[in-house]
Amino acid sequence: MDQLALLGRKGLDKLAAFGRAGMILFQSLVAKPQPLVMFPLFVKQIYFIGVLSLIIIVVSGLFIGMVLGLQGYTILVDYGSEQAVGQMVALSLVRELAPVVTALLFAGRAGSALTAEIGLMKATEQLSSLEMIGVDPLRRIIAPRFWAGFICLPILSAIFAIVGVYGGSIVSIDWLGIYDGSFWANMQNSVNFYDDVLNGLIKAVVFGFVVTWIAVFQGYDCIPTSEGISQATTKTVVYSSLAVLGLDFILTAVMFGEL
Amino acid sequence: MRMRILEISVGAFILAGILALVGLALNVSGLNVSNTEGAYTVYARFENIGGLTPRAKVTMSGVAIGEVTEVILDRDELVARVAMNIHSDVDFLSTDSSASILTAGLLGEQYIGITVGAEEEYLQNGDFIEDTQSALVLEELIGKFLFNEVSE
Repeated sequence: MDQLALLGRKGLDKLAAFGRAGMILFQSLVAKPQPLVMFPLFVKQIYFIGVLSLIIIVVSGLFIGMVLGLQGYTILVDYGSEQAVGQMVALSLVRELAPVVTALLFAGRAGSALTAEIGLMKATEQLSSLEMIGVDPLRRIIAPRFWAGFICLPILSAIFAIVGVYGGSIVSIDWLGIYDGSFWANMQNSVNFYDDVLNGLIKAVVFGFVVTWIAVFQGYDCIPTSEGISQATTKTVVYSSLAVLGLDFILTAVMFGEL
Repeated sequence: MRMRILEISVGAFILAGILALVGLALNVSGLNVSNTEGAYTVYARFENIGGLTPRAKVTMSGVAIGEVTEVILDRDELVARVAMNIHSDVDFLSTDSSASILTAGLLGEQYIGITVGAEEEYLQNGDFIEDTQSALVLEELIGKFLFNEVSE
């Protein structure tokens, strides 16, 4: 009986956490806009979240594109259709890998940092001090970070995709000797701007929303001790990775699947 | 000053994102603005082009010498008309050259193979290659084969 009660309490706790997450989202985003105050904060967060994530995104995009080119070539050359490697690299990058891998890296690089930063602000009572002097911490701390994450992930994803395609082209054209005209022609014939590129971008927007939301909420809701912050950071990475992969399946089924 | 550097890097970041998107649009999904410098155009009419698409390669003895720029339906002759850009250093294609549509591998892409003739005059910009051979369409071949089997 105790077990049952424990299970019920856990479930209710999770439900309450969901509710708090929704309330934080609502309270930080729905308010009178104050562009003069908010804009510098927002730019600063784009710098910390987006610009500083650029290196890891570019390097991993390059290597993933190169690996795709190499793997695709070794398989396709058996069927004498190694020209299709461009198509394979571009489609898998634009549709799947760019949004998903960017979101996973983003959760590890920027999401965990967001959680730790906000959690430490809470532990050192900076958030309560803000409230004391009459500044809403949700508006001042959470909202710019949230918007920055929301804007940055699609940009990073687009950069990831283009760098990956060029990585694939370096391997297949320059090293493996595929004729570059057919590499690009096959790619351009099969990749559709609206169906593939824009849908990939929509995925990145959704992931940006979810990952930043989870990161910000975990930070704001953490137990204000050093242990609590470490737990919250772990949760951010785990939950956002799971959410990204699960949502990716749903989005893919809606966009490309026949479900 | 610190804020200024920060703003500049954020601006560069957003610009890089927009450029990446433009790159995806133009280069990867093929809203293409091709450059035709240092090349001349010749045309050829084909009965059937099979799966030939723009940007397919044009070869001579297997060496790439240009690419297909346009595939349209000729209104007068009611056949396909293909425009090819040939590199300007390949200026020795005689006027009686023949063009045929070939397939790379069994399932590969299609391209144009050019065989030169014996004429002394060379193809100029805007000339037509008269001697052409259409793409092999697998279904037609199988159809002919079956038809022959039945009639025997």
